[in-house]
Formats: sequence, C-alpha cells, structure tokens
Amino acid sequence: MRDIRHFILGCIMAAMAVLALASWMTPGMANAQEAGSVAAETEIDRSATGGATTLEDIMRRQQGLAVDNSYRAENIGDPTAAAGITDQLGTLGGASDPDLWRGMRFNAADVTTQARGPASDVLIQDRGMWWLQFREGPLLTYGGYLLLGTLAFLALFFLVRGRVKIDGEKTGRRIERFKHVERFGHWLLAGSFILLGITGLVSLMGRKFLIPVMGHESYALIAGVAKWVHNNVSWAFMLALVMVFVMWVVHNFPDKTDLKWLAKGGGLFGGGHPPAKKFNAGQKLIFWSVIVLGGSISVSGLSLLFPFELPLFAKTFAILNGTGLPDMLGFGMLPETLTPHEEMQYAQLWHAIVSFVLMAIILAHIYIGSIGMEGAYDAMGTGMVEEQWAKEHHSLWVEEVKQRDNKAPSGATPAE
Amino acid sequence: MKAMLLGFVAIAVIAVGADYTLDQMGFSAAEQGASPSNVRLGD
Repeated sequence: MRDIRHFILGCIMAAMAVLALASWMTPGMANAQEAGSVAAETEIDRSATGGATTLEDIMRRQQGLAVDNSYRAENIGDPTAAAGITDQLGTLGGASDPDLWRGMRFNAADVTTQARGPASDVLIQDRGMWWLQFREGPLLTYGGYLLLGTLAFLALFFLVRGRVKIDGEKTGRRIERFKHVERFGHWLLAGSFILLGITGLVSLMGRKFLIPVMGHESYALIAGVAKWVHNNVSWAFMLALVMVFVMWVVHNFPDKTDLKWLAKGGGLFGGGHPPAKKFNAGQKLIFWSVIVLGGSISVSGLSLLFPFELPLFAKTFAILNGTGLPDMLGFGMLPETLTPHEEMQYAQLWHAIVSFVLMAIILAHIYIGSIGMEGAYDAMGTGMVEEQWAKEHHSLWVEEVKQRDNKAPSGATPAE
Repeated sequence: MKAMLLGFVAIAVIAVGADYTLDQMGFSAAEQGASPSNVRLGD
C-alpha cells in the first residue's frame, strides 16, 4: 500500500522534473540559437555608424529582444595590422582602447592578473545576468512551488486517505528488517540530506525571504553558517550514498515481482497486498531516485566545491549535441564552449534543480515512513518490524527470512 | 534509535574533519585565491 504511493509520487515527481528541466533548458537554447536566428531575421544596416552600434541595436536591447553581438565581439583590433612602433598610434599595437574594452567585454582580451585562480582573468562575464535572473526567478519560484505543492499534496492525501493501518491482527512478534549498520547508513544519508536541503534553501532563498525579515547583518551570519554546513556536511552525504548503494543495490534490481506489484497497483485499489521481496517496486524507485539524483547532485556539488577545477557542462553539451537529440527536440545546438564562470553557473542551476526534485521525492518518502503508515517507522527506528506488517507489505521477504532461520523469526521478541 | 544518533554524530565528525583536512591540504578559499609571488609583505 505504502509503496504504490511511493510509486505514484515518484511518477509525479519525475514528470515535474522533466518540466523543470525543459524550462531550464529553454533560455540556454534560446541563447545558443540567438546568433543564427537573429542574424537571419534582422540584417541591421550599420553603414551609417561605420559598423558601430546603431539606434536599432539599442532599441532592440531595450525591448529585451535578442541582439547579435558579433559585430562588437569580433571587432577587437588586429595586432598583425598594427602601425609601426614609430608611426602614429603605433604604440597601441593595432588595438585601440575601445577595441581593448570590447575584448574584455567579450572575454577575448589577453589579460594578465596577479590574482590567482583559473578564472581570475575573466573581467566581464557575458552570461552572468541570464544566470542571475534565472536563479532569482524561475528556479526559486518553481522550486519553491514544487516543495510547497508536494507538502500540500501530502497533507491532502493524509486527510483523504488517512494513516495506512496494519490490516490483520498484530502478532506481537517482531523480525529484524534492517541491521544496525544499515540504519546507520540510512540516518547518515537522511540527516546530511536534511541539513544540506535546509542550508541550500537558505542560500538560494535567503536574499528574498530572510533578509526582509531579519536584516542583512543577521542573515550574513546565518548565510555564513549555512555555507560552512553545506560545504562540509556534503562529504557525509556522499559517503552515505556510497554506503547505501553498496548495502542495498542487490535488493533493488528490478524483477518479475515488480511487474506483478505494479500491475496490482501496489494494493492501493483493493485486491489485497501484492507480494514483494525486501524492497517492492515503489521502494526500488525511491532507491534509484536517491542513487541517480543524489549521485548527480554530488557530482555537480563537487564541481562547485572546487571552483573551476571540475568543469562538466561544455563536455556534456558536446556529447549531447553528438547524439543530435537537442537539435531534434528543437533546442538547436547547445553551447560547447563555456567560460569558467558559465561552467559554474550551469553547475549551480543543475545542482539546485536536481536537488529540488529529490527533496520533493524525499518529502513523500518521509511522509510514508512516518505518519503515513502504521509500523513503517520501526524498520528504521529499532530495525525490528511487526511480523504482520512485514507479511502484508513484504510477504516474500518474510518467507525468505523464515526459510533462512528454518523456524519462527529468529529476531522474535515479545511485544513491548 | 542508537543507529540514528550515531549517524547524526558521524555527520558532525565528518563535517569538522572535512573542514580541517581540506584546510590543511591548502584547499581553503583564501589559499586558492592567494598568490605566492608578486606581493611583498615586509622587508
């Protein structure tokens, strides 16, 4: 029963994830297509300004329309055509001051700086505003709605369906469902994920929601603590993710019982509880969501932890372009050359989007593992579950345990 | 319950350990952005 809900919720979350991704990809694609489509649509005549910016360029920018900047980006001087050093303007080396400024604006200038770091020679970052606006706008808005919507859905579900009770009579016997080390791994993952979720939300949403309430100084303190916690607790999350994967992957490969379980709708629509092993199809979906999404969050998180050292997206986009998929879906070609900051911006957006999806899934998991179902919490609390609960939700697993012990459940203890 | 508390304690230990270790290895933000040359302090 609880597991069909896991499954249904998983499907809803996956659909939301696809929507979120689509909305994320669109602006990037628009920019990638920008140069070609704009040039085709509007051949601006710049002869009157000698090739420089025209009123039409300015008006298009003011109206928020796409502007083809190539006439400026490519106009950065030509050292090979420089006048002789003793001629007029020869000391400029073929690039006038405006040429140099355009070079900085479009990241084509040969910049040397005393500040260390791989990206310290990028003085003007062309794609920063798109990222900032997306981060403060759609990411924050839709991410917030996703979490609030999930909470509202769960509250409604609880009101309509109520708590899932144990159907049969309780036996008073308990069997061990999760060993100490399994529960340790689970709580290492769960505790770190909650801390990372809260501190991540503080970092993303604090400027909008906390500063107006508490002021800049108090928020600065909280933001500093949140950053420290987020950066350092991440290692516990990654370690736990590996632990959980190693401990449970063997129980989470799909098999025939999953098809039967899914065909019966997990028992949600009557017809009794479908048989399930240690993990049923719904739980397997949760497991793989955590592994895949958690893994993706970890990789993008590492990229952010060591800024500019682990760029991911230019290469990923090149591989995606190679499949022809983005073009087929109407997104055009994804940008294959990214400045160091752009790499970080994409990593941040991806990190946040995938985290929102996983947070929504985990909210549902927390619900069904606590107030949503009688007897479910014991599995991770004490590790010992009521035998009747186990028979209803994991009948094949109970048989396995009994066969292994060749008697009544070995961990049987009197009811408390 | 014991496993849960142990898990939470481990989170704290790992976090402090990670901070200390990365700092020792020279991965602090300050050190990553600092230049070993070109700035002469003193003498």
